[in-house]
Amino acid sequence: MERLSLNDNPGNAQQQRNPQQQQQFQQQNALGPGGPQPTPGPPQLPPQMFTTAAQLLDLTDKKLVLVLRDGRKLIGVLRSWDQFANLVLQDTIERIYAGKLYADVPRGIFIVRGENVLLLGEVDLDREDDIPSTVTKASFEEVYELKKKEDDQRKSSDKKRNTELQALGFEPEHSGEILF
Amino acid sequence: MLFFSFFKTLTNQTVTIELKNDIRIRGILKSVDQYLNIKLDDVEVLELDKYPHLSSVKNMFIRGSVVRYVMLPRSEVDVGLLEDATRREAANQAGKAR
Repeated sequence: MERLSLNDNPGNAQQQRNPQQQQQFQQQNALGPGGPQPTPGPPQLPPQMFTTAAQLLDLTDKKLVLVLRDGRKLIGVLRSWDQFANLVLQDTIERIYAGKLYADVPRGIFIVRGENVLLLGEVDLDREDDIPSTVTKASFEEVYELKKKEDDQRKSSDKKRNTELQALGFEPEHSGEILF
Repeated sequence: MLFFSFFKTLTNQTVTIELKNDIRIRGILKSVDQYLNIKLDDVEVLELDKYPHLSSVKNMFIRGSVVRYVMLPRSEVDVGLLEDATRREAANQAGKAR
């Protein structure tokens, strides 16, 4: 698919106009080729712009941050995708955050099933090395240990909250779906 | 399809999106698709210090299924028209079901 922009022909929008407007249109056009161009109604956007494919097309071959539903952050180059946002990432690293530390783990190629995608962000290559001063790089082992501790802590506090909520008759939010 | 059409009328407006994991992202709505996946430009993540992995992101594709709220500019929404359209859509759906 080619790249589309606001200036493209909206395609079949012309045919959707009712006969009255069509007539008006012809009258205006009768002013001659030098006359003002008619501008009927609000600008119509090409419908092809509003598809998953068009949205992901812009991100293809770009360096992206992919956040998964289980909280993983993957950084890689988007090489392929489909309408369900199933993705292929190349040269992927996983960045693990814990407390004020982070670590990178080289992972390689990822094929991600669309349902696990939370968001995809294009990395601004001019700013990608400006890591916020609130986090510092550390060794994988150190971050992993810290993360495990954090995860366990969160798991037990979530469990406690959910049992309390359930006793009060509340269904826990996004139950059955893990989201971080 | 009503809300798909509705969001299409809001393209190029600044919106704030809250995800189901509490991240709030403000940006210019560039595109939306049938699943209400959303594309944002010039993104700004609120409480960025909590989400350092998003610090160098300039535009974003958000999967529709993880969106909790979309906060819209009040002036860009014709509430009366939207109420009308939702009722008409509901009536249509009810008619189809019969």
